[in-house]
Amino acid sequence: MFEIGLGHYLILGATIFTIGVVGIFLNRKNIIVILMSIELILLAVNINLVAFSIYLNDLSGQIFTLFILTVAAAEAAIGLAIIVIYYRNSGTIRVQEIDKLKG
Amino acid sequence: MINLNFIYSEIFLALSIMALLLIGVFKKNSSTLIYNLSIISLFSCLALMFSFPFNENIKLFNESYQIDNLSTFMKILTIVSGIFVLISSNNYIQTIKINKIEYPILALSSILGMMVMISSNDLILFYIGLELQSLALYVLASFNRDNLLSSESGLKYFVLSALSSGLLLYGCSLIYGFSGSTNFFIIAENLTENSYGLTFGIVFILVGLAFKISAVPFHMWAPDVYEGSPTSVTTFFAILPKIAALTVFIRFLYVPFINLIDQWQMIIVFLSIASMLFGAIAAIGQKNLKRLIAYSSIGHMGYALAGLATGTNQGIHSSITYITIYLFMNMAFFCCLFMMKRDEKYFENIEDLSGLSKNHPMLSFSFLLVLFSLAGIPPLAGFFAKFYVFSAVIEESMYFLAVVGLLSTVIAAFYYLRLIKIIYFDKDKEKYEVNHNMGLKLTLILSSIFILFYFIYPSWLIQIIEKINII
Repeated sequence: MFEIGLGHYLILGATIFTIGVVGIFLNRKNIIVILMSIELILLAVNINLVAFSIYLNDLSGQIFTLFILTVAAAEAAIGLAIIVIYYRNSGTIRVQEIDKLKG
Repeated sequence: MINLNFIYSEIFLALSIMALLLIGVFKKNSSTLIYNLSIISLFSCLALMFSFPFNENIKLFNESYQIDNLSTFMKILTIVSGIFVLISSNNYIQTIKINKIEYPILALSSILGMMVMISSNDLILFYIGLELQSLALYVLASFNRDNLLSSESGLKYFVLSALSSGLLLYGCSLIYGFSGSTNFFIIAENLTENSYGLTFGIVFILVGLAFKISAVPFHMWAPDVYEGSPTSVTTFFAILPKIAALTVFIRFLYVPFINLIDQWQMIIVFLSIASMLFGAIAAIGQKNLKRLIAYSSIGHMGYALAGLATGTNQGIHSSITYITIYLFMNMAFFCCLFMMKRDEKYFENIEDLSGLSKNHPMLSFSFLLVLFSLAGIPPLAGFFAKFYVFSAVIEESMYFLAVVGLLSTVIAAFYYLRLIKIIYFDKDKEKYEVNHNMGLKLTLILSSIFILFYFIYPSWLIQIIEKINII
């Protein structure tokens, strides 16, 4: 049986992080997907922090994780609110139609 | 025993935010009252900043919160510019009907976040301050919620800023993992030269911070957000977050990572050169003044970063002087924008400036001062700002950076001078209104006086800034 060590957690974190970043840039359809990608990025960071915290035997990583979870909730709430007011004004949340400001 | 009297101003600001929220909930139609009260609480905050001696270096909360000359100076700068922004934009927010109770409260919260950021000496605290600042700014950017452009700018700022926070956090997690602590001092002690994890962490954090001060290539949000959000919020965006983010840049690069200067110096030089050139070139074709000032501020951030790239105390001083003078120049520019009002409507395109000097000689003169100063023409303050940066850069024999900086100053002078030509030599249009409120006039006069007469006694600012010793 092989042992799951720090490296595996870091690879998992890096993979989820990459999926999140790529999701923001490749997504052409819906802003909600961007919100989900942002959430993925923050969760990847949390996995990293918790893994490091166990590995270093130091609690501050887990405390950091709790702070990040709180902030992520606030951020998602504000993001959804902004999406709602944008939808009221423009009638769409398709990403390629958000182009009124350019130059 | 923790000595709380050093953070009285932060505590006071937090308490007054809560008190103002309560007043706003329980008292009907209290938006003007809350606006004035928040200006007063910023003034009291400023007074509390002076309640302890400056020349101390104090660490609170297990060394995670640092009070030193840098943090005190930058906090005073932040609060002063917060006061200026609020008193100058009073009339504007009433005219475009965004004078809700939340507006000044959100501005105060983001100022509180900036103060925490400026003093932070720990990754967790730094992140909390940064998020307090950005969460308030997302809402402020989309504050004119019935306007399509404002909500779009809020949306764009939200997505890109959340992405940059994510990158920054990933960097924080790597640094925590490879150095074993979140405290900047302990990170500095545990640094091992050849660790790829730490280098990755530094790069991720630099990317996140570069987003926050809109340095190229992470600038794409700045022009859209500046153009779309209400002008009063643009003023806020153009000044305050840059002060806080630059302080974090300084503290971050010079406290934990000064020994890894070989690894980050080239990144900062690249950011600086790219911002200076891009800011100079991309602004040429713009038609909207707010968009133009966005590109101009990208360029100016490039100069401030050039000072940081040197890795010396003189470089830090030049950057701080630059951001101080930049603050006054931008304040004066936006005051001029607030004065271009006719029939309850504000004008913000370059063509609206044409022939301004025939009807409004004083306003045109202020524009002239600001634009010459932004272009860096002696003897105005903007020239000295650039002079300090370039002399610090040349002292470290980074000639390439200095040459590129000077060249981009020349390119940038083109579009500033074009604006002056439009103001003074083009056909005049209808008059603008002249009955501005006191706060706006006062801010414009103070900042114009600073720009115009800085050269008479430049050493007072230098003497204050030279007390800052980070390394």
